[in-house]
Amino acid sequence: MTSTEIDSSPVLLRGVRPYGEGEPVDLLVADGRIVAIDAAGSVDAGQAEVVDAAGLVALPGFVDLHTHLREPGREDAETIDTGSASATLGGYTAVFAMANTDPVADNAVLVEHVWRRGREVGLVDVHPVGAVTVGLGGERLAELGGMARSAAQVRMFSDDGVCVADPLLMRRALEYSSVLGATIAQHAEEPRLTVGAQAHEGERAALLGLAGWPAAAEESIVARDCLLAHRTGGRLHVCHVSTAGTVEVLRWAAGPLAALPTLAAGGRPGRVSAEVTPHHLLLTDERLATYDPVNKVNPPLRTEADTLALRAALAEGVIDCVATDHAPHAPQDKDCEWSAARPGMLGLETALSVVVETMVTTGLLDWRGVARVMSERPAELVGLADQGRPIAVGEPASLVLIDPTAHWTVRGSESASLADNTPFEGMRLPARVVATMLRGRFTARDGKVLRWIDSC
Amino acid sequence: MRHLLSIADLDAQAASTLLDTADRLEQTLLGRQVRKLPTLRGRTVVTVFYENSTRTRVSFEIAGKWMSADVINVSIGGSSVGKGESLRDTALTLAAAGADCVVVRHPASGAAHRLAQWLAHTGVAVVNAGDGTHEHPTQALLDAQTLRQRLGDIAGRRIAVVGDVLHSRVARSNVLLLTLLGAQVVLVAPPTLLPSGVGSWPVEVSHDLDAVLGGVDAVMMLRVQAERMHGGFFPSAREYAVDYGLNRRRLDLLPEHAPVLHPGPMLRGMEISSAVADSGRALVTEQVRNGVHLRMAVLYHLLAGEEVE
Ligand SMILES: [Zn+2]
Repeated sequence: MTSTEIDSSPVLLRGVRPYGEGEPVDLLVADGRIVAIDAAGSVDAGQAEVVDAAGLVALPGFVDLHTHLREPGREDAETIDTGSASATLGGYTAVFAMANTDPVADNAVLVEHVWRRGREVGLVDVHPVGAVTVGLGGERLAELGGMARSAAQVRMFSDDGVCVADPLLMRRALEYSSVLGATIAQHAEEPRLTVGAQAHEGERAALLGLAGWPAAAEESIVARDCLLAHRTGGRLHVCHVSTAGTVEVLRWAAGPLAALPTLAAGGRPGRVSAEVTPHHLLLTDERLATYDPVNKVNPPLRTEADTLALRAALAEGVIDCVATDHAPHAPQDKDCEWSAARPGMLGLETALSVVVETMVTTGLLDWRGVARVMSERPAELVGLADQGRPIAVGEPASLVLIDPTAHWTVRGSESASLADNTPFEGMRLPARVVATMLRGRFTARDGKVLRWIDSC
Repeated sequence: MRHLLSIADLDAQAASTLLDTADRLEQTLLGRQVRKLPTLRGRTVVTVFYENSTRTRVSFEIAGKWMSADVINVSIGGSSVGKGESLRDTALTLAAAGADCVVVRHPASGAAHRLAQWLAHTGVAVVNAGDGTHEHPTQALLDAQTLRQRLGDIAGRRIAVVGDVLHSRVARSNVLLLTLLGAQVVLVAPPTLLPSGVGSWPVEVSHDLDAVLGGVDAVMMLRVQAERMHGGFFPSAREYAVDYGLNRRRLDLLPEHAPVLHPGPMLRGMEISSAVADSGRALVTEQVRNGVHLRMAVLYHLLAGEEVE
């Protein structure tokens, strides 16, 4: 039996505050949906389990468009099971599993395997991302149609980890995928400008003797791809935007560029969206001084000016959403010298707190804004029908409950991920996920993962 | 002083003390037939080189032996480099086997820092003998020693550092040390061989060697790695020699008192003409000799228990 077939028992959330707004309400969940919302204390519990949710904020469950689950191939770093557990503890109800596994998810059989395994685990909806090119090789298109028509219904393709650098191939990918209703998510990194790159090109890298990863390597690809998307009518999603310059390119794409005529079949306009990671919102290359590879990530941590530009862009909607780029690694791949270490950081369990730290406590977003960038917008971008929905009667009960007043100290060893490579180790962060509910069933509660087998 | 990882870890006082100690050790050994001090008897120094550098390794080896330390040389070939775990495992093995000091040369920037982190729970001292394109602190110290012997005080002097600054750990360490000791530094290189963050360094930058030479008290030439020559950093070895090479004509632009330094090995005809290299103005052999005394001073302060600070 899979999670979607579970008939969940009814739950009454007493005194919860949807979007952190207005007076507390009672929210009754049954058969996977919200069936009643009314003033606190006024809803009759009936057969429902009553949960004291006083003081808690309810948001639609988070959707992560950028997760690395490492299965198949590197089950020593993460599995679909442990990654799902980490996701639900972080308030997520859906994650998109990147294709750069070993073997690469570049065919229908593999994406179906990932999708099916996600359903068996049942903690979050695991949507496989298909590779754009065979083996991430950047030479020929993978069978995008086959993956889109598979049981996994792939709606996002990405060679993430590497850039689709060939402009002709990128053009074809955008054109071809547009009729599939799919999005091409680009890891924007001009490879010729980042040969040997180890850290953000700038003062810090110069001092540390680390070969620079120039901002223009990202910006030039994003500019090129925006032009291609606009002209072809394709859907482009820019992964992990990291520089102030890319933000300016996105503004241009949404404004002056969008006003130019498109040549796409049927005059269908292109569409550009973008994501930012929690770590690029908070951390800067100042962290590199110790050469601790826990801070090594691709694209690299940039400057404070970049983080401020990214925050402003997320608040304004120039960047659509937050995505974690959750990238678990085995100890031997991180506890080594900088150049030998793999890039990547954990992100699922700390994302909300980092977003609150950088966007809410700074006054840039309210809770409705958090719902927009972590749930509604990502779900909309990839066309998920039952995720990122409003908290309203009749809607699916995929929710996250948050204690907005909590503070906690991050410990990688306490993460549900198999890995512990969190750059936030030891940091005290605000807000905490108290519970996550997927279609009416608690998948995480009070810091514990509730598996289907447990809830029987 | 617990380790010597970077010039940035030193203050002016500590740096001067190291140079003074090197002076004192040189004086002590002067004219002796048996150049051996008992200072580090019973202590074990292991040099671990993941990159070939006979020059630096031999210098550390002689320095250790002249102070009666047991010196063990370990060379780890290129094939095992890149295997991240090997450096960490090597560090822990050496600590367990009883090394008191590890002198490490590694192609990865920050390797010495990581080694020190892994050895933090042991008493083992780490000396950075060159890490990637980051630093080579003992080279900078021996350069400063050489300049001090020739020029007297370094403070207030103006020193040109010429060549591949971008990839040079020698340049990084020298910029830090020379400015720490009160010198003005002028970097002379094509824009392609300067790090993009150089604007924040406490140095001047020039692309015109001829214009710079008349006003400096010393010139430090840097090595250009052969593999850079075809990497598009500059059009050709010939053009590099024309624009940035130190030749006879340019030597005449240099004030009478100003010496020429080069960390070696020299690319004659490109970085430096033979006429300059073999003239009395080039202090290459002095640099090598000072290297031994300076490294003795570093080992002394790390292992003989005397604080530099
Ligand atoms: Zn990526």
